[in-house]
Amino acid sequence: MAKELIRLSDCVVKFDDEIILDRLNLYINDREFLTLLGPSGCGKTTTLRIIGGFLTPTSGDVFFDGQRINDVPPHKRLVNTVFQKYALFPHLNVFENVAFGLRIAKVSNDEVKQRVLEMLEIVNLKGFEKRPISALSGGQQQRVAIARALVNRPKVLLLDEPLGALDMRLRKDMQNELKRIQQELGITFIYVTHDQEEALAMSDTVVVMDGGRIQQIGTPEDIYNEPKNAFVADFIGESNILDGVMRADGVVELFNRRFQCLDGGFAPDEPVDVVIRPEDVDIVSEDQGQLKGVVTQVTFKGVHYDTIVDFSGFKWLIQTTDYCPVGSRIGIKIDPDGIHVMKKSAYSGMFGDYSSYSEEYDEIGDATMEPGGEDSGDEE
Amino acid sequence: MRNKSSRFAIPYVVWMAIFVVAPIILMVVYSVTSADGDVTAENFTGMGLYLSVFTRSFYLALIATVICLIIGYPVAYAMAKEGPRFQRLAMALIMLPMWINFLLRTYAWMSILENNGLLNQFFRAIGLLRLLGVDHLSLIRTQGAVVLGMVYNYLPFMILPIYSVLVKLDGSLMEAARDLGANGFHVFQKVVLPLSLPGVLSGVTMVFVPSVSTFAISRLLGGGTQMMLGDLIEQQFLGGSYDPHLGAAIAMVMMIVVVVCMAVMNHFGEGEEQAVML
Ligand SMILES: Nc1ncnc2c1ncn2[C@@H]1O[C@H](COP(=O)(O)OP(=O)(O)O)[C@@H](O)[C@H]1O
Ligand SMILES: [Mg+2]
Repeated sequence: MAKELIRLSDCVVKFDDEIILDRLNLYINDREFLTLLGPSGCGKTTTLRIIGGFLTPTSGDVFFDGQRINDVPPHKRLVNTVFQKYALFPHLNVFENVAFGLRIAKVSNDEVKQRVLEMLEIVNLKGFEKRPISALSGGQQQRVAIARALVNRPKVLLLDEPLGALDMRLRKDMQNELKRIQQELGITFIYVTHDQEEALAMSDTVVVMDGGRIQQIGTPEDIYNEPKNAFVADFIGESNILDGVMRADGVVELFNRRFQCLDGGFAPDEPVDVVIRPEDVDIVSEDQGQLKGVVTQVTFKGVHYDTIVDFSGFKWLIQTTDYCPVGSRIGIKIDPDGIHVMKKSAYSGMFGDYSSYSEEYDEIGDATMEPGGEDSGDEE
Repeated sequence: MRNKSSRFAIPYVVWMAIFVVAPIILMVVYSVTSADGDVTAENFTGMGLYLSVFTRSFYLALIATVICLIIGYPVAYAMAKEGPRFQRLAMALIMLPMWINFLLRTYAWMSILENNGLLNQFFRAIGLLRLLGVDHLSLIRTQGAVVLGMVYNYLPFMILPIYSVLVKLDGSLMEAARDLGANGFHVFQKVVLPLSLPGVLSGVTMVFVPSVSTFAISRLLGGGTQMMLGDLIEQQFLGGSYDPHLGAAIAMVMMIVVVVCMAVMNHFGEGEEQAVML
């Protein structure tokens, strides 16, 4: 039913012999909200630039609606971009910034006026037409950038970390706004972020990238529940990642104890990575536990406690609503559906151990964005 | 003096007072007095005589400025677009002539343009002169030679400010314009040009002002046939027609006209200037 709109086929990008994108294969359906998710420097912007036409892949093809568009320049593509730093025109006011594309297309004055005002209303900037760009807050500039792109009624909107400079509350509001706009206008969104929560909350499809490669493509649920490797498991949410051995279909061995699980299809006695999400662990009394450990750290998080438990040297993160004081000995139980088995990968052993746990995961990756001067006064 | 660091400004303030403010005051005083020390407006009323010198000065300076802009903008644009190696090389080539004394450079042009100069010798050698049936081409002692001298001497002052604005232009703005459907011409017309206007304005100022008041170029390359304001003023102070009061008055009028021109132009480009300061 969903029609394929864009396809990247074996796209490779090299800068000075350094491989930035490694054989990227990706297709994007019409009206889909697709998110490219990955740490800073993994090639998200580069991928967008290929689609926008600002970069020709070193090898590989780009298709739009079945046509190869490798050599089509940006101004001839039915794609508009919201740039990472907005790139608004400082010599034009809000109205003329938004009208830029329409003026180029020689749309009549009346229609320009009507469409720009309509779009400013959609992004909640009614009454700001005459303002110079410099007099806008980060959040407002960001919405001008969105309006400037959307007013051209593109088939596809590319958004490069558009909410990166906004504060937490405004970011949540804008996430909902964007989702609403996308559904209302029926436009394909290709959205770039390094914020996994944002990706899970907004997307139809999430593409997890690292090191210039796609690690996994799937729905937010797939990505969260069935991560393909240790990188994805660690990057999306919190995970304890353990070495295990698959003894049989549905039986995995951890710490020399056998656990039931739902996964199968591995070779007998194949070494595997096992993901256990912190919220899938039940704390029970020590004698009832499948594993026994000592609580080494407890942090109150509002809804739950982050509890670090030491199981003979390997530390787990467990999220529980039951308070267990530091030093107490506890047991844990894990249901079969709480255990997710993955094939070994290049990322095995790199993630998922909470031995050096600190509050690090609160705002991972936000360090790359400069703080945008946010006023909360006139934001809704 | 509110804080300590402003004390460092004292030498500058003193310098300005002695060498800028005081001469201007002197000039004003001279321009409204006669040789006997009486206050008079005669210096100004008698100036109509020199109207042709005024018009020639502004006319030639304007032509030189326009030519500098026509040559300088594309050069600055090309420099800003190329890689850092080309930029360094081009910068060196532009700066190099400026290390040679201004008079020497102008004398060099004299020997190139003279009736028996390098150019005419060259034309003779290739038979062009015989073809035209003339002994030489009159290159020197023409308005063209004066304009050439001004363009040659002041072109760097047009290129550098434009270049420094263009090179700082945010490349993502041009990408945004292309993303919104602008072809190369539109990107230039709607983004690059308006954002580079402050550089153009300061380039125009830096070429026009010295061109209007130049005297060596017009004397050496114009050969006395193309008297300009600078020559006229010089004559009043050093030349045969010694009259510093008239000289001061002419200088005053020239200064006022230039200041008015610049003010009008800056007002015109004000919006863009603010934009670049973002
Ligand atoms: N023009 C360029 N020249 C050389 N290296 C580049 C260039 N653009 C990007 N890179 C490199 O490519 C990698 C991916 O960049 P990018 O796509 O911007 O990452 P992301 O948007 O995911 O943070 C980075 O390591 C970056 O340094
Ligand atoms: Mg990026």
